[in-house]
Amino acid sequence: MSTPIRLEYRNVTMRFAGKSSGSEITAIQNVSFALRDAEVVALIGPSGCGKSTLLNIGSGLYRPSQGEAYVDGERVTAPNAHVAFMLQKDLLLPWRSIIDNVTFGLEVQGRRPAERLARAYELLTSFGLAEFARYYPHQLSGGMRQRVALARTLAVDPTVLLLDEPFSAVDAQTRIVLQRDLAGTLKRAGKTALLITHDLNEAVLMSDRVLVMSQRPGHIIDEIAIELPNRDDPIGRRQHAGVGDYVAALMDRLEIGRQPLAEPGSAP
Amino acid sequence: MSGARNSTARRGAIASLALLVLFLAAWEWGPGLLGIPPFIIPPVSAVAAEGVRMFNVTHLMFHTGVTFAEVIVGFAIGSLLGAIIGYLLGMSPSAELALSPYILALQIAPKVAFAPLFVLWMGFTVYPKILVAVLIVFFPVMINVLTAIRAVDPDLINLARSFKATRAQIFWKVEFPASMPATFAGLRIASTLAVVGVVVGELVGGNLGLGFLLSFGEGQANTAMVFVAIVMLTVVGGIAYLAVILAERRVLHYLPARGYQGF
Repeated sequence: MSTPIRLEYRNVTMRFAGKSSGSEITAIQNVSFALRDAEVVALIGPSGCGKSTLLNIGSGLYRPSQGEAYVDGERVTAPNAHVAFMLQKDLLLPWRSIIDNVTFGLEVQGRRPAERLARAYELLTSFGLAEFARYYPHQLSGGMRQRVALARTLAVDPTVLLLDEPFSAVDAQTRIVLQRDLAGTLKRAGKTALLITHDLNEAVLMSDRVLVMSQRPGHIIDEIAIELPNRDDPIGRRQHAGVGDYVAALMDRLEIGRQPLAEPGSAP
Repeated sequence: MSGARNSTARRGAIASLALLVLFLAAWEWGPGLLGIPPFIIPPVSAVAAEGVRMFNVTHLMFHTGVTFAEVIVGFAIGSLLGAIIGYLLGMSPSAELALSPYILALQIAPKVAFAPLFVLWMGFTVYPKILVAVLIVFFPVMINVLTAIRAVDPDLINLARSFKATRAQIFWKVEFPASMPATFAGLRIASTLAVVGVVVGELVGGNLGLGFLLSFGEGQANTAMVFVAIVMLTVVGGIAYLAVILAERRVLHYLPARGYQGF
């Protein structure tokens, strides 16, 4: 296989200071996995298992206690231009118009205004939002705002996208449309993406592989390749009979229904 | 929708105007009906006549102008200092920890009590008045800015960091604009407090400003003159407040419309 590795975690362990002084909580324990070029990998696991911590390490916001993360072969020690992330919250800046929100990352990186605007208009047009360029975030629906957030993430042209439950705050119908938009965009642009989700359907519909994490201290307990067509089209993939089997396998692996629910609010 | 809001606004304005007429009528004839002598509550017509006399004889507009200038300068300096200290403390938790007991002590101390001290230091000039205003304006602005900086969503800062934003970029592109709504709430309070600070300074000493006219009228038992000074002080405070509101509407134009709020 000559496809390059885009994102890699090597023996990553992360500990946080606990509530009582001196105590430590191990959020993730010895996690290793790699994403190849243009691959979309979903990461599922119980709440509080450290999924978001992995994302923060990958984007260079946290330094792991042990182990390393690599992006495009470079060790991640600080935020870098190869990676961009998108969260459940759209994080649009309310005082900026839609177009200025999309250009935010480019502006911070010091690109020329003409280049920023051209890139942002191109992305907004592809998401059908060009006519809303001069609107303000509060004037848009949740689904539109999340699309703007995706445009902002893509604007800086990262090789790796880290997506943390990007659609969990929108309604079910909007989510289906947004999943289709994201999957199509990732495929067309040939982006590599790590998709954190707790929606097992979403994991199966959108990814090439699903990684399953355990309860805290989180580690990878399984990896399931999704051998279904239409990764660029979740609505099309939904028609395949195999989807249900994969979801059932994931439920089985996470022992959903066989153990009491994890304590809420235990996430670090 | 907007038609309903318009008619609500119109009904509100009419009721407001009716209240004003009622108030003025009560002021004009109420004291006479209740047997209150005019040296306690002069009727509105007498106050208006006194206002005209002061305009012609006592340089009313000059004194109003002095007070207004003191208010504006005190408000501007106090707000600027409050905002700067608020931002610095907001970005440095250890500095806040070190300074908070002293800030709290100064906050609890009644600022107007410093007025005689400042007059002793600086004489019967405009400076002690401005200084009292600066001191009294400082706190609401600083506290609001500090709280707003603390309340900025850490994920927004992480987003900026993920784009490799520098500390200065994070401040100017995220923290500073995010603090604007709370800063303006502080400025609104500060604009009215600035008038209080200046008047107290003028009452304590000097022969300039509406505060001086206030104590002069008191000394002469000229109740109407005191009322005129109070009315003009209200006008000065109102202009300052209105200026803040107009600036706020320009700066915070991106906030969702909250419907008619009056002032």
